Amino acid sequence: MHNIKQENIRNFSIIAHIDHGKSTLADRLIEQTGMLTTREMQSQVLDNMDLERERGITIKLKAVQLIYKAKDGEDYILNLIDTPGHVDFNYEVSRSLAACEGAILIIDASQGIEAQTLANVYLALDQDLEILPVINKIDLPSARPDEVKREVEDIIGIDCEDAPLISAKEGINIEGVLEAIVNKVPAPQGDPQAPLKALIFDSVYDSYKGVICYIRVFEGTIKPGMQIKMMATGKEFEVTEVGINTSKHVVVDKLEAGDVGFITASIKNVKEATVGDTITDAENPTPEPLPGYKKVVPMVYCGIYPAEGEDFNTVRDALEKLQVNDAALVFEPETSAALGFGFRCGFLGLLHMEIIQERLDREFDLNVITTAPSVIYKVTTTDGKVLDIQNPSNLPPPSEIEYMEEPIVTASIMTPTDYVGAIMELCQNKRGTFLNMEYLEETRVVMHYELPLNEVIYDFFDALKSKTRGYASLDYELKGYQESNLVKLDILINGEAVDAFSLIVHEDKAYDRGRSIAERLREVIPRHQFAVPIQAAIGSKIIARETIRALRKDVLAKCYGGDISRKRKLLEKQKEGKKRMRQIGSVEVPQEAFLTVLKYDEK
Amino acid sequence: MEDLSIYIHIPFCNSKCYYCDFISFTGQENKVEAYISSLITELSLYKKDLKDYKIKTIFIGGGTPSAIDPIYIYRVLDYLYSNFNTHEDMEVSIELNPGTLSLEKLNIYKQAGINRVSIGLQTFNNNILGSLGRRHHAEEFFSSLDMVKEVGFNNINVDLIFGLPDQNLTDGMIDITTLVQLGVHHISYYSLIIEPNTPMYKWHQEGKLHLMDEDSERKLYHQVKEFLKYEGYVHYEISNFSLDGYQCKHNMVYWNIKPYLGVGLSSHSYLMGKRFWNTSKLNDYLDSLSEGNLPVEDEELISKEIEIAEYCIFGLRLIQGINKREFFNRFGVDLRDIYGHTIEKHKKAGLLIEDDRYLRLTDRGLDLANLVEVDFLP
Repeated sequence: MHNIKQENIRNFSIIAHIDHGKSTLADRLIEQTGMLTTREMQSQVLDNMDLERERGITIKLKAVQLIYKAKDGEDYILNLIDTPGHVDFNYEVSRSLAACEGAILIIDASQGIEAQTLANVYLALDQDLEILPVINKIDLPSARPDEVKREVEDIIGIDCEDAPLISAKEGINIEGVLEAIVNKVPAPQGDPQAPLKALIFDSVYDSYKGVICYIRVFEGTIKPGMQIKMMATGKEFEVTEVGINTSKHVVVDKLEAGDVGFITASIKNVKEATVGDTITDAENPTPEPLPGYKKVVPMVYCGIYPAEGEDFNTVRDALEKLQVNDAALVFEPETSAALGFGFRCGFLGLLHMEIIQERLDREFDLNVITTAPSVIYKVTTTDGKVLDIQNPSNLPPPSEIEYMEEPIVTASIMTPTDYVGAIMELCQNKRGTFLNMEYLEETRVVMHYELPLNEVIYDFFDALKSKTRGYASLDYELKGYQESNLVKLDILINGEAVDAFSLIVHEDKAYDRGRSIAERLREVIPRHQFAVPIQAAIGSKIIARETIRALRKDVLAKCYGGDISRKRKLLEKQKEGKKRMRQIGSVEVPQEAFLTVLKYDEK
Repeated sequence: MEDLSIYIHIPFCNSKCYYCDFISFTGQENKVEAYISSLITELSLYKKDLKDYKIKTIFIGGGTPSAIDPIYIYRVLDYLYSNFNTHEDMEVSIELNPGTLSLEKLNIYKQAGINRVSIGLQTFNNNILGSLGRRHHAEEFFSSLDMVKEVGFNNINVDLIFGLPDQNLTDGMIDITTLVQLGVHHISYYSLIIEPNTPMYKWHQEGKLHLMDEDSERKLYHQVKEFLKYEGYVHYEISNFSLDGYQCKHNMVYWNIKPYLGVGLSSHSYLMGKRFWNTSKLNDYLDSLSEGNLPVEDEELISKEIEIAEYCIFGLRLIQGINKREFFNRFGVDLRDIYGHTIEKHKKAGLLIEDDRYLRLTDRGLDLANLVEVDFLP
């Protein structure tokens, strides 16, 4: 492959808040090192999935190798390992950080540091990575680089004196970043002669090659023909290919301690090569595996059901494929009276849930219905058993419940001081308990709250963004469980309870939530030949009611020679619309209805 | 020889009504001469292909056909009679607007073989006429109707629209009772459709229109159906009523999915299993014909499957419904073999009703026709 010494290798990640310019900087680094010409580059090379490019966030990490001729005249290999920026993906961040010795911290010169970035910085510090602060978007008129530098020094306590001031978008001072990487990020260590020790930090399934494992070699050497062993599963495979990722996969003859690349080994099942596992030489194994990752725990559950005309098995296959490189996704089959056969799926958070849904749509062309998300409640029954309930349908009847507990998170909300009042009001509304507030500087604070997770996953993030015009940022972690007065809220359509709409809510919230859901459903469910009542109920008590008036007229008045094709096309459109409906009893419910239940209520 | 119907589009108007989305122009009088020559060229291009057809009906629509010099209408019809096969008892209709007529004009129409006229009244309420952008007043309609009768036309249709802005139930009933007293042969009674790309659509979006609520609008329609039945009019299509024997033969061709040729700007045709339509751009239309090319913009092949669906969708718009035997004779398959499930579903819901010979919409089905028709698509 290369004849560059280990001491000229630099393995690093980029940490940034969602729109602070991570992908743009990655593009510039790739461009500047001459790997791709500008013309060849699609904007934001690193974000491979369409979805990522559209949302401007990076979901699945990947690695890319750059060759850089530094000012000292030497060639360096820079392995850039991508990380996601959203609070849902802390787990993946820790995965990519574990493969690095350093991390670039991008900070927006006008917006300063954000809560989620901070969380990722702490992850990096935990792993003893060298943090290189970079101040981006200095070309903007609102840029205030000196203040932002001071802020970073105050909050994180890292020296920002030499932080490169750049504009990734305009390509300003990209060289400064490259030099900082070369000069500040430590070279990897490790002995190419030692027994093999390599970390799998990502994997994807390829229908020709089987599982492709992205690895960081810590000790030893890996090459084709070698018999390897997965230390967690004990499975052995013969390496068929090793390579590196430039703009595409390039096959090489070996990967040595310090290198980042990929291997294939005819691995058919992803469960045999899990992310976080250590690969070693089957004939000369290392005694100790690498630390691996802490097991991720899904915090949010929802039902995913095939939409009208989709097949249960196709959905299962797709979920299995997504699970290959998304260990955070868990699922098991379940059934719903309203929706038939489907899956109960666990996610890191709401964004993760939405992303899985969109990936099913885009990558597998599958239409699915997602039910209202739920957290895991602990239910102690009258006979002393403790049940984990993540599907409202499984909640025992109230007479059998001694008490219920709900998960509580500690949340850090970073915001300009102008919005403190609005955020306090919001947290109050969401049953939050104020812990404390720290001033980061005169105009910015971080507020600490304890919040029930079920409020956070409902619409907290949207509400926060809306009330602070996008300026506040949120990070949270699970604190524990707390006893709470919870009830099951049912929604009845045309007199029939629809399990897919059921929710567990705090008693004080039930009335408002019930009324708001009923109102929304009235808006999204089309009118039928008959009047359709929509009710919200707790047990047998109806707490809200709306009625969709009967459709009285659906007919085109004028239809002559020029209208025949047009009329038929109108009907075809109407028919297409009906296809996306879910029949519940005699009522046709559009798929959006299931999502409407989750949306943030501006009122 | 197979029967054929001809539609001729005259896209000129003195003014544009606020609800209208048909292709028509104001202030383009200088192009009328060229347009009529193009129409004749267009007809001449079809002459050879249609030599085995015999014209059964002709309909001159618009736009406002009565807005242009009647001699142009005469020329086009004269060309048709001299170059195509025609039936003795041909129905030849023209659309007229109140305020554009004279005895002389009507006499020329008569000489041109026109034997059915269709007058666009819309409402007798002068305030509402104003807010629709109609230029005429109710009084002009009365004098137009007198002239039409004086010249000797004895197959007269009048168009009414209901559910108009600021119209209430009483206004609606006044329109229909007034009209019936005048002894016309045919009434087209349209529920207002607010079409995109019209001024009215914009006002509607802006919430500026006071439209009758849906319940009142349907009540008016039901009352009018009831009233016209007692006055001796046969309700034969969702929006059409006539005295016995005065059904519009031309429109029946559309609703029975039978062949027709449309000439002129944006006209549609259905011939030999194809539906095709002309360009909607006046200059393109004139240019292609001046080069001797048909101004056809696009075409759609109508498969047997689609033909069956269209036959049912439009058949259901007829009050008598789909004639099951005719269906079998035309398509060689039983209606029930294709649509048994759909028929049962909508019979159960009270939207369809069936006897030995016909399958038709119930009164409620007529209000919700789209819900039924959609299930007849392949």
